Amino acid sequence: MKEYSIQSVLNSAGPQAGRIEQLWWLMFWVCTVVFVIVMLALAVAIARGRRGSATAVPESTLTRNISISVGVSTVALVGLLLASVLTGRALGSLPSSNALHVRITGYQWWWNIEYLDADPSLQFTTANELHLPVGRPVVVSLQASDVIHSFWVPNLHGKTDLIPGRENTLLLQADTPGVFRGQCAEYCGVQHAHMAFTVVAEPSEQFEGWLSAQRKPAPDPGSAQTARGRNVVEQGPCAMCHTIRGTNAGARTAPDLTHFATRSTIAAGTAPNTRGYLAGWIADPQHLKPGSRMPPTGLSSDDLQAVIAYLETLQ
Amino acid sequence: MRRGAVLVVLSVMPLIAGCEREKRDYQQLPAAAARQDSVHLTDLVPGEPPAPTLTRSPYEGNAYGMGEGKRLFAAYNCNGCHAQGGGGIGPPLMDGKWIYGSSPDQIYSTIVQGRPDGMPAFGGRVPDQQVWQIVAYVQSLSGQTPQDAAPGRDDDMATKKAETRKERETPKQTGHR
Repeated sequence: MKEYSIQSVLNSAGPQAGRIEQLWWLMFWVCTVVFVIVMLALAVAIARGRRGSATAVPESTLTRNISISVGVSTVALVGLLLASVLTGRALGSLPSSNALHVRITGYQWWWNIEYLDADPSLQFTTANELHLPVGRPVVVSLQASDVIHSFWVPNLHGKTDLIPGRENTLLLQADTPGVFRGQCAEYCGVQHAHMAFTVVAEPSEQFEGWLSAQRKPAPDPGSAQTARGRNVVEQGPCAMCHTIRGTNAGARTAPDLTHFATRSTIAAGTAPNTRGYLAGWIADPQHLKPGSRMPPTGLSSDDLQAVIAYLETLQ
Repeated sequence: MRRGAVLVVLSVMPLIAGCEREKRDYQQLPAAAARQDSVHLTDLVPGEPPAPTLTRSPYEGNAYGMGEGKRLFAAYNCNGCHAQGGGGIGPPLMDGKWIYGSSPDQIYSTIVQGRPDGMPAFGGRVPDQQVWQIVAYVQSLSGQTPQDAAPGRDDDMATKKAETRKERETPKQTGHR
């Protein structure tokens, strides 16, 4: 499994997340200063009270002190409000003329990712792993198929909801290469906690290579066992829900598996994509992710091994 | 005092019936639920009448199972021919007429084996558990299941009265559309 960067708002890897981080620190320091001043004033008041200095403070001093406090509070609050508005404006104003367009649809409990292109033959669908070119803005259209989900990659941007029957748009940019973890941030049902995805930000040439590899149909099986695996996928239960481009499997209610072996996780970030986890997942999905839409398929052990061998060839 | 306690217990007891309504069993059904033997579509059989087989769907009164059945009915494109139960290329499923039998095991066999004139065989493609969920949903289309458990809403635009409001049709074995 690829090594994730620390999943935190305070570990920004793009311009928008950078603005959000700045705002976070501004609020943190302003609040810290206010807190320290209030605590000092409280300490002074307690000390005075203990000493029993009950000398009446003149009316004019009281008025002056209260005016100063109200003035400082107002300036601090208006300042924070202004900073918040400016950050909000900055988040929406990334030059997007050469932007990459991606459409993400939330399903219970995985992410369908479509790379859009003016030329329809260059469009393709994948799932649960979003690749981005470093330094280029990405327009992400967000939709939901069933219930409300929320798209959140704290290293790149704030949260945006995916709402059935509506399209929300998010503008993203990654400035440093890296692997980031994103997750659903709106409770969406029993497996909400296991609805994660991986974002891979990579240099432009590497990204273009990934794009052209993903556009190709699945490779043909090279051995008898993998051929048997493809047969089981096409004629068994897998093809009822999954697509593998280049084969007869073409259903669209579950993640596209065309280049399944290139992904680092299975079941939307639930487990690493290794042979053991994969076998456990296909044999009994309800054990790894109870309530998931993937049913127990009841494949025989030979068929199961063949299917796994075939899936591992889907580079 | 004792009468009061009895009254309280009696008035709470009906709620217990609701416990099973939403029961979610994610694991594979017990092997007994898989229908290996052949299902008879007619009462006319040679020799001894066959032993009565499973006549209730495991998801018949289960809201979760029927809801899943409804989702799968769309996901597996049953709508392509049966059109939300109204019928088109395939026969309607919301009326009382049955060509190949209305009992749960007969509906199960129709889905698994396929039927002449277009119904494909889904055996080996749709796992047993899901077939039984679809069976329960198909029954709810003509009001054969308890109304408190039948689906009450659509994920997309509603095309017909919700299954939970469907009045019960009396099944008639017609043998034709």
